[in-house]
Amino acid sequence: MLEIKNLHVKLEEEDKAILKGVDLTVEAGKVHAIMGPNGSGKSTLSYVLSGRDGYEVTDGSATLEGEDVLGLEPEERAAAGLFLAFQYPVEIPGVGNMTFLRSAVNAQRKARGQEEMSSSDFLKEIRAKAKDLQIGQEMLKRPVNVGFSGGEKKRNEILQMAMLEPRLCILDETDSGLDVDAMKLVAEGVNALRSPDRGFLVITHYQRLLDHIVPDVVHIMSNGRIVKTGGPELAREVEANGYADFKETV
Amino acid sequence: MALLKPKAPEPRALEIAEARIDALTLPEGGWAEPARRDALARLRADGLPIRRDEYWKYTKPDTLTAPEAPEAATFDAGEPPVFDAFDRLKIVFVDGVFDAEASDDLALEGVEIERLADSRADIHWAKDVYGQLEARGQSPVKRPLATLNTAFASDGILVRVTGKPSKPLSLIYHHEATRSDAILHHVVKVEEGAEVTLLESGPAAARFNKCMEVEVADTGTFRHIRAQGRDHERRAVTHIFGRLGRESVFQSFTLTANGVLTRNEVVLELTGDNAIAHVAGACMGDGDFHHDDTVFITHDAVNCESRQVFKKVLRNGAVGVFQGKILVEPGAQKTDGYQISQSLLLDDDSTFQAKPELEIYADDVACSHGSTSGAIDEEALFYLRSRGIGEAEATNYLTLAFLAEAVQEIADEDLQAEIVERISAWLFRRQAR
Ligand SMILES: Nc1ncnc2c1ncn2[C@@H]1O[C@H](COP(=O)(O)OP(=O)(O)O)[C@@H](O)[C@H]1O
Ligand SMILES: [Mg+2]
Repeated sequence: MLEIKNLHVKLEEEDKAILKGVDLTVEAGKVHAIMGPNGSGKSTLSYVLSGRDGYEVTDGSATLEGEDVLGLEPEERAAAGLFLAFQYPVEIPGVGNMTFLRSAVNAQRKARGQEEMSSSDFLKEIRAKAKDLQIGQEMLKRPVNVGFSGGEKKRNEILQMAMLEPRLCILDETDSGLDVDAMKLVAEGVNALRSPDRGFLVITHYQRLLDHIVPDVVHIMSNGRIVKTGGPELAREVEANGYADFKETV
Repeated sequence: MALLKPKAPEPRALEIAEARIDALTLPEGGWAEPARRDALARLRADGLPIRRDEYWKYTKPDTLTAPEAPEAATFDAGEPPVFDAFDRLKIVFVDGVFDAEASDDLALEGVEIERLADSRADIHWAKDVYGQLEARGQSPVKRPLATLNTAFASDGILVRVTGKPSKPLSLIYHHEATRSDAILHHVVKVEEGAEVTLLESGPAAARFNKCMEVEVADTGTFRHIRAQGRDHERRAVTHIFGRLGRESVFQSFTLTANGVLTRNEVVLELTGDNAIAHVAGACMGDGDFHHDDTVFITHDAVNCESRQVFKKVLRNGAVGVFQGKILVEPGAQKTDGYQISQSLLLDDDSTFQAKPELEIYADDVACSHGSTSGAIDEEALFYLRSRGIGEAEATNYLTLAFLAEAVQEIADEDLQAEIVERISAWLFRRQAR
């Protein structure tokens, strides 16, 4: 589904290489986790995949279902089925959460040549999904992420993911800043979306999220490269010994 | 308060005034004649604004002071007129001439409405206001285009609010002739405890000089929502002079989209304790567009509140100007003064000039002012785009969000929604082009 080959990325503004040859394949129906120390390039990978400005791809490729994503605009990538749950969701004063989500859903449908969702269908669906994530009406009416707690912001990301039904979900440190209950809620939201035709890339610094979202494959990223790949046991190894072991392999 | 010696007017300012006066006829007779003659004398003494005037540093007055109006094509935005769906009392002017056919019956409970051009009776309540508030507003800064208006206004309405009329009064200004030059003067007196909402909409003329004097008595409420005409080539200079009594409320909001040149001045005096004055504006400029908000609020009583909230979105070389002042007179303790002016520049060609000022002669006051000029928030833009919303649409949302603080100054939710709808339509229509 997602195929990243020898991806090299540097900052646009300065000569600083951040990703130094990432190879990674996520198959449909699978959950891949990327773990790694701070500063290893995990967020950069997620941003480059979703099309944020400020980075330059100097080598390599990334395709989604065989289609090159790196040449697409961010909204085209979204319409192609890529979704990033941000490590730091952005506050947008003055734009209602509900209005925002509805335009997003309909913009994607339009881009795919589908009919727009009627407002009653949309309302029905968002109410049900918000309820599962314990997101109240009041939060839906508020401006996007404004005045939300850390946990509320992360749940709001998952709500967006649930509404947009992407094919590839990238979650960047969705567990950071969450207490155990909030993390369980988020994990349930993610697990509910697991399906044979959807792939996940779960980025996390700690192993604990992976107790709730059990990955099929775990990658360790260090200094801009995937340095080790294994099964869920790899995450427990990191938990026990930290990242020191892996740094040496670089 | 300012101890500046009044400067003698420049000869050029006097010449321009004489040339303008020559092109006009002073309406004669009736109760307003003394006020008109007084204004004419003041105009002759002060002259009209010239480019060198400090108060016109950011806006060229030439086309507003010229003897003839520059040509302006009319423009059909292809939308139903603003406020169309609202139950309101319509008062229509075409190129500055009252249109009785198109207007509603002016009888409405709680309010007395007359035409300035009709009102020939000797004694009239409006005598105490017409030209009076305008004359008070000439210090410390001259506003000669308002003086010209007092002298030469050909029509307008006189509104005395004695109760709480059941619907808003709606002034509708149509523009038909490409060289029309309209001068309208309105007087509004809100009596004690009375309450009124006044709507204004439309381009009015190729060139529009409008002056409105508003006296709000103790405990009276005046609400004003204006949507200036969308004709691209129209020019307007407008003045609102307000005097606020004890516990009175004055709220004015203006939406400006299009128009090659607009100068909106608001001059308010808070003379009774606990009065509240809110002045706000949202403006969208694209291309050949120059918009100037000039506001002067004087606090001369205790425990009054004033707010100025102005937001401008500019692109393709559009220019925005804000000059705003809060003057707190000695003894005006517990003044709460707030002023914010911000621009969102959608490209490098557009500019925003701001001159926020505070002048405070009382010690127990809370006044703040801020002015910023910025581009679209890239983080927010990427966030929206990453959800599938296209760049242009995402920019529209962020633009709406930017304007929201000003629009929220409109107290009535339905009117607020109507204005948001207009802004939205304007943005999305442009995106489609
Ligand atoms: N826009 C940027 N400007 C400067 N440095 C950046 C930028 N983006 C990333 N970096 C640097 O790249 C490295 C990787 O960052 P990041 O991808 O955020 O790592 P992680 O998410 O694994 O903690 C860090 O050294 C970080 O400082
Ligand atoms: Mg990170």
